[in-house]
Amino acid sequence: MTVMSYLGAIGAAQREAMDADERVIIIGEDVEANVYGTTGGGKSRSDKGDFLQRYGRNRIRNTPISEEGIVGAAAGAAMTGLRPIVDLSYSSFLYMAMDQFVNQVAKNRYMFGGQASMPVVFRSAMFYGLNTGAHHSDRPYPMFMNVPGLKIIAPATPADAKGLLRSAVDSDDPILSFEACLLWSTKEDVDENEFWIPLGVARTARVGTDVTVVAISSSVPEAVAAAEELAKEGVSVEVIDPRTLVPLDRGAILRSVAKTGRLVVAEPAHRTCGAAAEISALVAEEIFDSLKAPIIRVTAPDMQIPFSPSLEKQMYPTKATIAAAIRRVVDLPALQPVAAAV
Amino acid sequence: MAELARDTLREMQLRMLRIRAFDERASKMVKRGHIPGTVHTSIGQEAQVVGATMALGSGDYMSGNHRSHGHPIGKGSPLGPLMAELVGKATGVCKGKGGSLHLADFAVGSLGESGIVGSSIPIANGAALSSKVLNNGKVALAFFGDGAANQGVLYESMNMAGVWELPMIFLCENNQYALSTPAHTVTSGIISERAAGFGMPGIRVEEGQDVLAVYDAVSAAVARARAGDGPTLVEVMTYRYNEHSEGLRLGTDYRNADEREAWLKKDPIMLFRHYLASQGFSDDELDGLQATALAEVDAAVAFSDASPYPDLSVAFDDLYSDKESAA
Repeated sequence: MTVMSYLGAIGAAQREAMDADERVIIIGEDVEANVYGTTGGGKSRSDKGDFLQRYGRNRIRNTPISEEGIVGAAAGAAMTGLRPIVDLSYSSFLYMAMDQFVNQVAKNRYMFGGQASMPVVFRSAMFYGLNTGAHHSDRPYPMFMNVPGLKIIAPATPADAKGLLRSAVDSDDPILSFEACLLWSTKEDVDENEFWIPLGVARTARVGTDVTVVAISSSVPEAVAAAEELAKEGVSVEVIDPRTLVPLDRGAILRSVAKTGRLVVAEPAHRTCGAAAEISALVAEEIFDSLKAPIIRVTAPDMQIPFSPSLEKQMYPTKATIAAAIRRVVDLPALQPVAAAV
Repeated sequence: MAELARDTLREMQLRMLRIRAFDERASKMVKRGHIPGTVHTSIGQEAQVVGATMALGSGDYMSGNHRSHGHPIGKGSPLGPLMAELVGKATGVCKGKGGSLHLADFAVGSLGESGIVGSSIPIANGAALSSKVLNNGKVALAFFGDGAANQGVLYESMNMAGVWELPMIFLCENNQYALSTPAHTVTSGIISERAAGFGMPGIRVEEGQDVLAVYDAVSAAVARARAGDGPTLVEVMTYRYNEHSEGLRLGTDYRNADEREAWLKKDPIMLFRHYLASQGFSDDELDGLQATALAEVDAAVAFSDASPYPDLSVAFDDLYSDKESAA
């Protein structure tokens, strides 16, 4: 085991994947210079990128700023023998390539009757919570969950980032990886040897018996912190991190809620048609009789993200807003009014 | 012009006849309700399609567009599974899940036709990137029309192909109308001249109804690509005889009747038949090619007729590489 940051773990997974299979290539804006710290030799973003020296420009290529062209080319390359990893930097840039994602990447295997294999990974960073204004702050994974044919991962820890990315690269399906910048500097012990975390398997971040909190991406550490706080008041909270949003580990969610009878879902995306809405509907449809309290979603409001730090920090689930939701489902009195984000 | 073997010349005419016969039959079948939805025929554009597809090798890649039947036929795809696909049968080349707009036959390098104008251009570009990275000597060609020539993704793709020196051919099928809109009313300048901005050759084939003219131009682009010298934009001037799509009933007011008559006089199959006759092909032999094409289409329709519709379970296959991931 060695201590890795979230970004370092992604870099390690990319290095392993490039070493393991010559068909793996990395393309994207600024990948050669290791601007985001995932194409370098070290564990720190400031280390010089050495992928270019190791793999050559044939396998790691800076692209022009042409998202539609990049995503389409990656799809075409995947259909003809390569296994591209595409670094799209900010997740808001995915919109520039929406036609390619929806009409080509997601549909080609199906619409061509299974002739097309689509082994390609599209990585992007959700740059929210960093006071960059509305264009860089999006958490757009739910709108892609609405597109059958895509698989979606949203790792919340360094180990998950490493293991899920290896599985994503090995998959013959198109994978969108949404990586929260708020998690970039998170560190933990990670196996420096190769390992794979299967897609579609949730992680139980904390075991509990009274309330299930299903949390996504940067809401996972907030949910764990809320659970630890409630433990002091005798409330036992289980935190489930789906890790993969498509396919979703329905079984893990249903088993946990069947056990606890209470569900809070926390995610940084917008409220309407979010992952939390889908998970809530799943539980209501499948195990309504197990519920002892209404389901509560803790999400960002259906509002754009304001720039001012004093405003932006109130837009996403926090330890406090998640804890408040947990108190409601177990009928504990609220500590104090909690503004927004509930 | 390169000297072509008689077998190659014969095959060119046969493939053009196949496309014409296939699309004439498909047009009738749409109007009789035997093909659901609609189709976009390549009738009138056979020289452009066959000249380009036969300039490619059998292992080379191509992507196409909504005017979609000619490309796989030109690349050598058998007609039965194509016709069955148009009808929605289980034996269709896409198992009945693609339809006319989404024919694809990976066995002949056909990476798929696209219902979104311009959308499949970067797919071929990616295939060219594969060829370059894997160094396998294959080239890729993207078919697109004058309408798609105004989509941004074309220029993103040309820029990438240029700067990466990809083995790529951008093949603009300029049939001069985007549905009802004359190309010159929405297109600034000459499409082929846009290549200069990307540092690649841009060639306009004015005699796009002459299959040999198209073949020569595309062959030069293919040779350039295969030699590692990068991409080429080839614009072929051509004309579709039918409506934008069958059964559209738009009429032809947007097109000058004299214009259509003038193009009919340059019919690619007729022109090439005259050429073949001048090269010593007998009338019997040329009539025989036509009979062969018609018989193949008859057989394709019979194959489709005899095929079952897909079982409902097929609708839930092929979303992912594994069935379990589908909801």
